Amino acid sequence: MAILEVNDLTIKFGGLTAVDNFNIKVEDNELVGLIGPNGAGKTTVFNLLTGVYEPTDGTIFIDGKNTKGKKPSQIVMLGSSRTFQNIRLFKEMSVLDNIKVAYHNEMTYNLLSSIIKNKKFKEEEARANMVAIELLSVFGLEGYKEELAKNLPYGKQRKLEIARALATNPKLLLLDEPAAGMNPQETEELMDTIKLVKDRFKVSVLLIEHDMKLVMGICERIVVIDYGKIIAKGSPQEIRKNKDVIKAYLGE
Amino acid sequence: MGILERMMSKSEQKKVYKKLSKSSIIVNLSVIFVIFIVLNTLINTGVLNRYYSTILVLILVAIIMSTSLNIGTGFLGQLILGHAGFMAIGAYTAALIGIALNDVIVNDFLFISRNLIIFVIAGSGAMFTASIAGLLVGTPALRLRGDYLGIMTLGFGEIVRVIITNLEITNGAQGLMGIPRLMTFPIAFWTTVIVVLIIYLFMSSRHGRAILSIREDEIASESVGINITKYKIMGFVLASLFGGLGGAVFAFQGGFLAPVSFGFIKSVEIFVIVVLGGMGSISGAIIAAIILTFLPELLREFDQYRLLLYSGLLVVTMLFRPQGLMGTKELDPKKQIRKVYRFIKKIIKKDINKGSDL
Repeated sequence: MAILEVNDLTIKFGGLTAVDNFNIKVEDNELVGLIGPNGAGKTTVFNLLTGVYEPTDGTIFIDGKNTKGKKPSQIVMLGSSRTFQNIRLFKEMSVLDNIKVAYHNEMTYNLLSSIIKNKKFKEEEARANMVAIELLSVFGLEGYKEELAKNLPYGKQRKLEIARALATNPKLLLLDEPAAGMNPQETEELMDTIKLVKDRFKVSVLLIEHDMKLVMGICERIVVIDYGKIIAKGSPQEIRKNKDVIKAYLGE
Repeated sequence: MGILERMMSKSEQKKVYKKLSKSSIIVNLSVIFVIFIVLNTLINTGVLNRYYSTILVLILVAIIMSTSLNIGTGFLGQLILGHAGFMAIGAYTAALIGIALNDVIVNDFLFISRNLIIFVIAGSGAMFTASIAGLLVGTPALRLRGDYLGIMTLGFGEIVRVIITNLEITNGAQGLMGIPRLMTFPIAFWTTVIVVLIIYLFMSSRHGRAILSIREDEIASESVGINITKYKIMGFVLASLFGGLGGAVFAFQGGFLAPVSFGFIKSVEIFVIVVLGGMGSISGAIIAAIILTFLPELLREFDQYRLLLYSGLLVVTMLFRPQGLMGTKELDPKKQIRKVYRFIKKIIKKDINKGSDL
């Protein structure tokens, strides 16, 4: 079964149709890229998938469950998790706590046990700590766990955001321009990280990116949109030769 | 479940479990106990007279009020300017229950003092009404942000004051008299310790972290699955609940309540304590509460300049230490004790070395 299934997704802001009849299917453990010129509607698609916007029309199924009428926090619990174009970390909290916040819904102890600190509290907190440290070590961040998130260098902040998204135990990872603002070397490193994440955590990844080297390098399938409409779908080789795509990017 | 759990073994889980249970709470509690014994003997032997013991209780009230406001303002990051409103609701509820119970409960029950019994019942009543008020105001108000929320909560505080002034049961502007003065130093002290402890423990749980994450970034918080509406209301209700309890302690201390003592100025006083201590630091709020309650008492002769002092302090803080005295850090007695211990050890070592030189 597809992890993500989107049918005829449409959203209108007043007279403007920002996303028009958008269809996509992401299979289990697949890496799909979503590209398009500036203002094509890529981030709007992400905001629709994560429940920030309510679609005018169309349906979204995450892991077979309809997201209609659900709040962003509930959609996360269905199994999708995202990162942001402009990094949004909990800046004044420690790196470890950033991860543990995202592990919130995996814990079940109630308000009372957080005050009397019973066995359930201690076990679940210990588990959260373990998971967080494990996750950080996957990204090579375990040495920074006590550091405040705002003090990390840029590349590491990007990694921490991906790690935080993974702490919600997602089946689908949505990455919004993960390579934005990175130099070629950092981008290279990021490509390895994304591949590692996909293999190790067995998640499907849908990513928006402008860096063609990254997109062509790691994506198994690419979807191109322009003016809210899908203009091409296919493997990186097919997309590279597609006339419509070249026209959208370079003009006539 | 699944992927993440597989990454660690049972034995590893236990290791972390042990580390977590080895907390510094025992050390901190013994420090608190020593402080209590010292202050209590000073009061009982009469070294601190009635005037000073009153100030001590007022400091404790200020600590309860500021740490409770800290949940809403420091940790949740919302501008709340009507905290005195919750204090008033709590104070009047407790006072009315106290007056009613004063004739009913006349004897100590077993070894529990009569004062404590009445306070526990009245205090619970105060927490109940204040948290209901918090829920009613918080649910619509938390849709607002920043200054707008500030204005709304400010309005709430004023509404409470005006209602109390016009109600018959509260004896209007003349003030409520004949409240049993049953507040003793030990009751006030341990109430404060319990409140601070509960807030501290709450903040170090997953619920506390969720509240902190809302202060940091609402959108990100929602995107990792935090129900921000629920946690905003939870923070707001907790703040109002303990604010009501602070009011109860205050009511039984003075034996007299007037609506004027819960005006806008009172809200600002509490707010200033939180800002000065550091938004989001419990120990900072405690230190600032001690300073800002004690200082005006020392400067009794210049009473009319009290507000001037507050605004001056705020300006100075904003200029030189915008994050407040403690920032978001906490003072840990265990760490301080260790520091002192190391210092002493160093000196002793030096002396021994000197001795060997001779």
